[in-house]
Amino acid sequence: MSENKEPASAKGPLIYRQSIFTRVTHWTWAICLFFLLLSGLQIFNAHPNLYIGQQSGFEFDNSVLRIGAVNTDAGPRGQTTIFGQTFDTTGVLGMSGTAERPVFTAFPGAVTIPSYRDLGTGRVVHFFFGWVFVATMFVWFLASFINGHIRRDIVPRGADIKGVPGDIADHARLRFHHGRTYGPLQKLSYFAVFFVLFPLIVATGLTMSPGMNSIAPWMLDLFGGRQTARTIHFVVMTLLVTFFVVHILMVVAAGPLNELRSMITGWYRTSPGTPAAKGDKP
Amino acid sequence: MTGIITRRNFLRGSAVVGSGLILAGCDQFDFLGQRDNGVRKVLEQANVLTYQAQRHWIGAQTLAREYSASEIRQGQRPNGSTNPTTPEYLALQAGNFSTYKLTVKGMVDREVSLTLDQLRNMPARSQITRHDCVEGWSCIAKWTGTQLGPVLDMAGVKPGARFCVYHCYDNIQRTLAGDILYYTSSDLIDAYHPQTILSYGLNDQVLPVSNGAPIRLRIERALGYKQPKFLHTIELVDDLSQFGLGHGGYWEDTGYDWYGGI
Repeated sequence: MSENKEPASAKGPLIYRQSIFTRVTHWTWAICLFFLLLSGLQIFNAHPNLYIGQQSGFEFDNSVLRIGAVNTDAGPRGQTTIFGQTFDTTGVLGMSGTAERPVFTAFPGAVTIPSYRDLGTGRVVHFFFGWVFVATMFVWFLASFINGHIRRDIVPRGADIKGVPGDIADHARLRFHHGRTYGPLQKLSYFAVFFVLFPLIVATGLTMSPGMNSIAPWMLDLFGGRQTARTIHFVVMTLLVTFFVVHILMVVAAGPLNELRSMITGWYRTSPGTPAAKGDKP
Repeated sequence: MTGIITRRNFLRGSAVVGSGLILAGCDQFDFLGQRDNGVRKVLEQANVLTYQAQRHWIGAQTLAREYSASEIRQGQRPNGSTNPTTPEYLALQAGNFSTYKLTVKGMVDREVSLTLDQLRNMPARSQITRHDCVEGWSCIAKWTGTQLGPVLDMAGVKPGARFCVYHCYDNIQRTLAGDILYYTSSDLIDAYHPQTILSYGLNDQVLPVSNGAPIRLRIERALGYKQPKFLHTIELVDDLSQFGLGHGGYWEDTGYDWYGGI
């Protein structure tokens, strides 16, 4: 191909972009979030109903999301009710499987661990990876604070905020600048994940623990009750899934091999014209 | 048949393999459901860590939140067994529990048996607390009863005792081979916790059968399966392996965490 004939200067320098802490915590989190999501949906299936408040309304209605199956004249259907609006979700939520062998779980077995109903096992998996997730957070925050990753790459500065409109325009044209640090939108999304979503999903998870409630009842007040905490936990999960989908799309759009290499070996090929610095490779 | 991998064939093949992996992903981790699986045993250690961390950082006397009366917005939702059918229980129920006795036995200085009247005449405690089911729902209710700690002290717990095993009339599982009776257990910290009460009252009424009459134990810093209904005997032991399948409770035998405070 023609690339071979181009002079080497058409490439930016190869820079050491991701420290060993960034890379190891990245992949540990990836594994944790996979298991936490699938076991979490198993746990949700045990009572597929989310509420606002301290308790679950059985004789009053404080439900904001309900997934279930109902019998209709046309046979059983899967239904999802959000804020009082009911949608037919047969095949995905509430009822899935084949016509001969329908399965009446909120989320289908394809996205739960185990694939069949087993709350006990779902909880064993969830709490194990919950501990690993939190330990990884501790390592990441400590290492990234000390090695400057948070200050340099994560916390958005004034210039980043000013650069957001231009960065949105660049993303819309799928024009990516591979620089030494992250772009404005990258910084903002990683900042949101590390400083908002991760702490929030851990804190709301802890708020569901009756043991934790005794030592830290203020967490119940912070989130507006145990059932609200459970709802927030679920909402943050959907935001993290959204982040994951966009993250993968961006990796594919920005050059998957280069992006993967940087998260495996640490070395990242920058855009042409990036000024070289000490420690770079050609 | 050409044998040459074209890019189109490669992509097509990748798509087929990829979607196959996703579809197969649904049951690839089902082995974790087997109780004797080695990987599962490793994962279960996280629950031991939770137990030890909570025991380390949370005081033995730290109270579960108590709510105001206005937070009682509904009856206590009955769950699990709501009508035991063991002959002993049916006989007690027919006599309005007048012949009921709660027994404390095992590693104690003297076995103690108390009637319902005796329990009701002991100092009472009422608490409006939140009941959290392992399934995920919560329900706030007012529970009235007498603290378990002084009852244990009447029997005199021997120094080597480590757990209370709670035996119930609840034939939660009725099989061809006979009834499987509900039981669960706790450490002595939960047993002596100030809010751990032998409850006989619910929302200012006599505790109904559906919620565990005549006596239901409340361990307020744990999930619902640690609140045994239809309780008749408390056995002090130093080892849980001799009961049921050896995991310290009916639900624990099916795979729930023993501590239940998470």
